[in-house]
Amino acid sequence: MASTILEMRDITKTFPGVKALSNVKLMVEEGEIHAVVGENGAGKSTLMKVLSGVYPSGTYDGQIIYRGDECHFKGIHDSERKGIVIIHQELALVPMLSIAENIFLGNEHARYGVIDWNANEARTSALLKKVGLKEDPNTLITNIGVGKQQLVEIAKALSKEVKLLILDEPTASLSEKDSQALLDLLLEFKRQGITSILISHKLNEVNRVADKVTIIRDGRTIETLAKKDISEDRIITSMVGRSLDDRYPPREPKIGETVLEVKNWSVYHPIHAERQVIKGINLNARKGEVVGIAGLMGAGRTEFAMSLFGRSYGRRITGEVFLNGKPIDVSSVSKAVEHGIAYVTEDRKTYGLNLIDHIKHNITLANLPGVSRHGVIDDLRELSVANDYRGRTNIRASSVYQMTGNLSGGNQQKVVLSKWLFANPEVLILDEPTRGIDVGAKYEIYTIIARLASEGKAIIVISSEMPELLGITDRIYVMNEGRIVGEMAASDASQEKIMRAIVRGEGKAS
Amino acid sequence: MSTESAPGPQTGVAQDLQQGPRIAVSALVTNLREYGLVLALIAIMVFFQFTTSGTLFKPVNLSNLVQQNSFIIVMALGMLLVIVSGHIDLSVGSVAGFIGALAAMMMVIWPLGPLSNPLVVSIICLIVGGAIGAAQGYWIAYHRIPSFIVTLAGMLIFRGICQALLGGGSSVGPLPVGFKALSSGFIPDLIGPLTLIPPTVNAAGKTIVGSGLTLHLTTIVIGLVAVLAYAYFGLRARRTREKHGYEAEPFSLFVVKTLVISALALFLVYQFATYRGLPIVLMVMGVLIALFVFVTKRMTIGRRIYAMGGNVKAAQLSGIKTERLTLMVFINMGVLSALGGLIIAARLGQAVPAAGLGSELDVIAAVFIGGASAMGGVGQVIGAVVGGFIMGVMNNGMSIMGVNVDWQQVVKGLVLLGAVVFDVYNKNKA
Repeated sequence: MASTILEMRDITKTFPGVKALSNVKLMVEEGEIHAVVGENGAGKSTLMKVLSGVYPSGTYDGQIIYRGDECHFKGIHDSERKGIVIIHQELALVPMLSIAENIFLGNEHARYGVIDWNANEARTSALLKKVGLKEDPNTLITNIGVGKQQLVEIAKALSKEVKLLILDEPTASLSEKDSQALLDLLLEFKRQGITSILISHKLNEVNRVADKVTIIRDGRTIETLAKKDISEDRIITSMVGRSLDDRYPPREPKIGETVLEVKNWSVYHPIHAERQVIKGINLNARKGEVVGIAGLMGAGRTEFAMSLFGRSYGRRITGEVFLNGKPIDVSSVSKAVEHGIAYVTEDRKTYGLNLIDHIKHNITLANLPGVSRHGVIDDLRELSVANDYRGRTNIRASSVYQMTGNLSGGNQQKVVLSKWLFANPEVLILDEPTRGIDVGAKYEIYTIIARLASEGKAIIVISSEMPELLGITDRIYVMNEGRIVGEMAASDASQEKIMRAIVRGEGKAS
Repeated sequence: MSTESAPGPQTGVAQDLQQGPRIAVSALVTNLREYGLVLALIAIMVFFQFTTSGTLFKPVNLSNLVQQNSFIIVMALGMLLVIVSGHIDLSVGSVAGFIGALAAMMMVIWPLGPLSNPLVVSIICLIVGGAIGAAQGYWIAYHRIPSFIVTLAGMLIFRGICQALLGGGSSVGPLPVGFKALSSGFIPDLIGPLTLIPPTVNAAGKTIVGSGLTLHLTTIVIGLVAVLAYAYFGLRARRTREKHGYEAEPFSLFVVKTLVISALALFLVYQFATYRGLPIVLMVMGVLIALFVFVTKRMTIGRRIYAMGGNVKAAQLSGIKTERLTLMVFINMGVLSALGGLIIAARLGQAVPAAGLGSELDVIAAVFIGGASAMGGVGQVIGAVVGGFIMGVMNNGMSIMGVNVDWQQVVKGLVLLGAVVFDVYNKNKA
């Protein structure tokens, strides 16, 4: 029997208000490819950050035993020194430096700080050969595609004499061909004795290369399957198998006429002009209805919503938008807002709030004409509006003069919601409205959504949490790789059905 | 559904009560910066009043101080908006120099007939300034070229044109008396002078210059009206907030602040009144300051500029047309740079190639001393004005003391660094 290279025992990691991991166990044997699967937010990436020392020893409970020794990694440097290398989903390469410079960044062959370029290049060539990348070591990163960049990352890992390679969703942004090549490379590494941990939710990939699969759900290890037991059905059941308890407020939908209709919506990538991100989407939302858009990260949901909202994303946008049956122009954010469309972003800190200003100013920002006359703001009216919405959305703050940067995630989200409620939209698009906020605040957000629907607004909720979509929506679209790959009434839907639509759509799209 | 149906409103209320005292403390902390700045200005004034043995506050010197520094403050108003919106403008000194040269050429050299009237020339110059701002703002707003680079180019370009226009190293003048009044003129005494002590008449039957005490009554009236308006509006704003249950600052603090600022203002007004009254350029400056305070505090466009500087992406996604707004900020800066240039030319009585040279640094320093953030989104008009006065009083005071110009720069640099360090330290503590 092969020896155990890594054992993670009872790993528990808490963030303020959230228990991200509780008593997670992971056993990896020397020379195997071990897949870790789970829904978005299940805790896979957190577990890997614990392992690689991104969360230093002491900030979590439990033990990490690597090659027989208990390890206390204080940072990523410690784990790399032992041969554990993690390749993140977002690549960490410097675009304007060459392949060779990137591979040896921070680790250059140098004497007294003077770099020996010949040695660097020679070693880079050797590494590139190993990963099967035919590029000049002096090529700039920005000039090669994402697939090749991934290979550069792997070459970089090899340069550090990797024993345990961790890949976090390595094929998320790769084409089918590049993905296959990458998986073949993993199998080749296995023959050379390198152990890999593959984080993925593409089950066909897991099926193909993994020797074992560990399934994580809600921050707990559900089970570890050996090769002979791996099947898509088994994995899906384990990934989503939880009951919907009363985490969602009850509501009685009163659904009316179609308010928003989007026809044949297509969008191209803003930088890679030839890449089509959104491929002919048709979608509608009715009065009083809560419509969900399910899908995995990178499915194009945010891109779709932002391109719809005043062309805030992408280029060469085509398609039509109808509001109450009439075509409308949504070519700028102000026009979209005027027509009664509001979009609450996924990333409230970057796109939603002015963190260095207080609640009052943030709430009125999208509808300043609503508190002013001839461009002069009526202080009193603004104050009463801010207080009104603070009450309605139950923002917990000392006053509306508190800086939004000092609020908790849940309260920040309520401020962004208030901002858009004050703009009085007919259609409200909520992108991951409960990401990173605690359970109590989630319930409050769901209550607000339910109330808005009962007031007759059409609401579109984009979420990666399937139970959430099943709990609060009336109808669910499933998106994958820029297409709608399924549509179902929430009453007929289940996590299995959604997962199946995604997994099946995977093959179709390639 | 109504407010009551929101889940758990009680918890929110309970928290309010708990945090009651904290509001007062935090109000004090937030306002400390503002008070601190005014107190620093007063301290600096008192310091120089002593070290210059009373020269600083002499009416003649006060008028000089205003005339020498008003262009800095005028340009600082525009620069505040530029910096709040997250940009910088290095070209303002060169644009001011160029506009001064343009004005002089139009009034003195070029045969323009009735168009060389000072008023017509001034209006044309302000429009040209706006056009320069638009040209620079266009690249910054619509092509996303960093403002540092665009305006650095502008700094070189307009200094060059300024010198070329004046034909190398020569100066152009003298400028018409009517134009010079912009800087060196005083408001007419519409009410008439009030003689408190009649001037002494010497044996030869001539009055001794500077003896006796005559007050410029219009100046006194304007000063009183301004101070009363300041107190009234301050009180009204307080009432409004109180009505809604928000205590801005403790009442005693408010009274002390209002009294100190009013007393200082009245003292200065009195000094002006004993001389020749309020300088015209001070009135221009006062009106502009009031206008910019209003725009930044009360108007939607001001609010949008702050939002843009605070988080440009969030502002765009809130429907704010950030490109157009950026363009407008730079047009405004261009107009104010032009006005600054006119003030400089009017004070010197001629256009010189070096007019406004290096003043962009004083202007930017004034804004940063006034508490604006280099990251954008933070900064107050009053802060920038007080910052400008701090720079001005130091210039003036050190000159009277006979401090070498080289060392004056060192001191100004240290004050700038000190002010910003103090600010950052304060923020981290809060």
